[in-house]
Amino acid sequence: MKRMISAAIGMAFVAGALSTTSVLAATTLESVKEKGHLQCGVTSGLPGFSQPDEKGSWTGIDVDTCRAVAAAIFGDAKAVEFTPLTAKERFTALQSGEIDVLSRNTTWTLTRDASLGLNFVGANYYDGQGFLVNKDIGVDDATQLDGATVCIQAGTTTELNLSDYFRAKGMEFKPIVFDTSEQSVQGFAAGRCDVLTSDRSQLAALRSKLSDPNSAKILPNTISKEPLGPVVRQGDDQWFNIVKWVLFLQINAEELGVTMANVDEMLKSDNPNVQRLLGTDGDMGAKLGLPDDFGHAIVKQVGNYGEMYDRNVGPDTALGLERGINALWTNGGILYAPPVR
Amino acid sequence: MKKQSIDSRSARPKPWYDPRVRALFFQVVSLAVVFWAGWVLIDNTLSNMENRGISTGFGFLDETAGFGIIMHLVPYDATMSYGRTFWVGLTNTLLVSAMGVVAATIIGFVVGVARLSSNWLVAKIALVYIEIIRNIPLLLQIFFWYFAVLASLPAPRQSVEIGGAFFLNNRGLYLPGPVTQEGFGLVWGAVLVAIAAVFGLRSWAKKRQKASGQIFPTVKVSIALLVLLPLIAFLIAGRPLEWDLPALKGFNFGGGISLIPELAALWVALSLYTASFIAEIVRSGILAVSQGQTEASKALGLPNGLTLRLIVIPQAMRVIIPPLTSQYLNLVKNSSLATAIGYPDLVSVFMGTTLNQTGQAVEVVAITMAVYLTISLLISLLMNMYNRAVAIKER
Repeated sequence: MKRMISAAIGMAFVAGALSTTSVLAATTLESVKEKGHLQCGVTSGLPGFSQPDEKGSWTGIDVDTCRAVAAAIFGDAKAVEFTPLTAKERFTALQSGEIDVLSRNTTWTLTRDASLGLNFVGANYYDGQGFLVNKDIGVDDATQLDGATVCIQAGTTTELNLSDYFRAKGMEFKPIVFDTSEQSVQGFAAGRCDVLTSDRSQLAALRSKLSDPNSAKILPNTISKEPLGPVVRQGDDQWFNIVKWVLFLQINAEELGVTMANVDEMLKSDNPNVQRLLGTDGDMGAKLGLPDDFGHAIVKQVGNYGEMYDRNVGPDTALGLERGINALWTNGGILYAPPVR
Repeated sequence: MKKQSIDSRSARPKPWYDPRVRALFFQVVSLAVVFWAGWVLIDNTLSNMENRGISTGFGFLDETAGFGIIMHLVPYDATMSYGRTFWVGLTNTLLVSAMGVVAATIIGFVVGVARLSSNWLVAKIALVYIEIIRNIPLLLQIFFWYFAVLASLPAPRQSVEIGGAFFLNNRGLYLPGPVTQEGFGLVWGAVLVAIAAVFGLRSWAKKRQKASGQIFPTVKVSIALLVLLPLIAFLIAGRPLEWDLPALKGFNFGGGISLIPELAALWVALSLYTASFIAEIVRSGILAVSQGQTEASKALGLPNGLTLRLIVIPQAMRVIIPPLTSQYLNLVKNSSLATAIGYPDLVSVFMGTTLNQTGQAVEVVAITMAVYLTISLLISLLMNMYNRAVAIKER
């Protein structure tokens, strides 16, 4: 009799748990404000983009993008928690609600935009795919790589682009597929493959991890377009607008010459564009659901786009990447943000 | 006097008091709840995915894959579908699992028997092997074999050469590949005839032994048959076999058969790891056979080898086979660690690359889980059938 009763209670629990109607989901902004911090998905360690230092604090351009969003919402760029994700789990983590925004050097493609229930807010780095080779093998151009063994990271656009490129050129290759970028570097360093392929920014980062970075060189060919940027879930337009306009605001700030150093003086500026940017005029913040001075908080704590770039991946860092196409449209690049008005 | 009539109906209680009816009722209710729970879960998942704009369904299996795979037992190139990548991954998993099961069983049995040897050194070496290998996580062992062994092998341009036909370097072991020509069918036919002859020989030799007690050297004669008959057929057909020798072309070796280091490292790590567990199982099985059996067989004058082979092991198998089945299942599931070193098994190719490219995590993971479940159930089924076949029939 006792067994029957406990079995009946167990069944009732199961039935009760399953029959609860779905809880009406709060918007992402509300749940982030309630949590008190932003949950940001990043890589497990890619220099320049998202990497924990020896004290455990995260740095990188993707990390700074998330910090800018946190500064806009809370006024505190440190109100972010980071979730390291591999390439396989990054989209599932975002879809399931485990993270609020995915800032993990993710390439913006049609398939990902349309079939995953996600939206790309823009690109915080325009990249392309390249090849890293050992200087010993005596290759100067990617067209000389017929029959080579190539180390790649699993499940990225890299695999597809590589395949398309070699097929188009009528060349063969042997792919060695690893789970993480560290393992692919280890395989390359062990000599398992002749070539390491990835986005050119990653190649610069991975080369800095080799025991002798000067033994490898990046070939001049760029075989694909890789616009890398943050991703959010579909169905929440307000959150989409927030993350998008945080990025645009940083680009506009650089265009207007507002920097971390002069942002406090710029509060007194008469330039209406600067006034709208920093919130001394207009109600740009309220339209997005953010505090009015969200622009000021972003530039004060994280900096404008140029400062974010130079601090993490710029020519003075270990990656040593020139602005190239990531410069403002007024400087020969393609960074063009819609106006804040 | 009132006569108590024994009403036949009072022997069968009312339905709600009848224990069988109650048991049946509760079982039906429980089953219904389980099915309903499963339906709710599936329905909930599908409707949530639809609400969030995540595509569902198995249509992605027909789309072009667009990526390369380094080792494929079935024909594959980047223009084939995701469904084809599934088969490539599955055959690779089955290959490394089969190789691992065979090697682990052989090594495990040898080490297990060695552990019980009266030779002190042999027993201690077996003990050290078992204790070390058992206690280090398999992933670390795989990394060790892959990176430590890889690092010691030379680059393709400085390969270790044996006879100009075998090459060893950090891209793999390259062997000459046999290319069968016209007339090789005769050799296959000879092999089949030889196998049939061996079976016939075995049953004839057993009958002869039962009748007259004379032992026939079955093993030696069978080996001779299996080697000589096809060889004679081969010579008669005019040696219809060419060799495709591996040669250095540009960056890598082409031609011949190659064993990639990922497969070798995974196979070695899996076999050694599982063998250490199998050794302990074999040891427990042998110790479970009562001492009296060994003593009786020695009293009859049987040497150690025959005692082990004819008396002890057949009885020990009853104890060995169920845990051995578990170890085989562990080996098959552990082969999924191939993703760590880039061996293109089912998890790496299908649950890794295909999942990431299509984004359909739920369908892909469900298919992969179903496949592993099927493989494991098949192995258990076969082992249980074997167990029943060799079980000692009590009279």
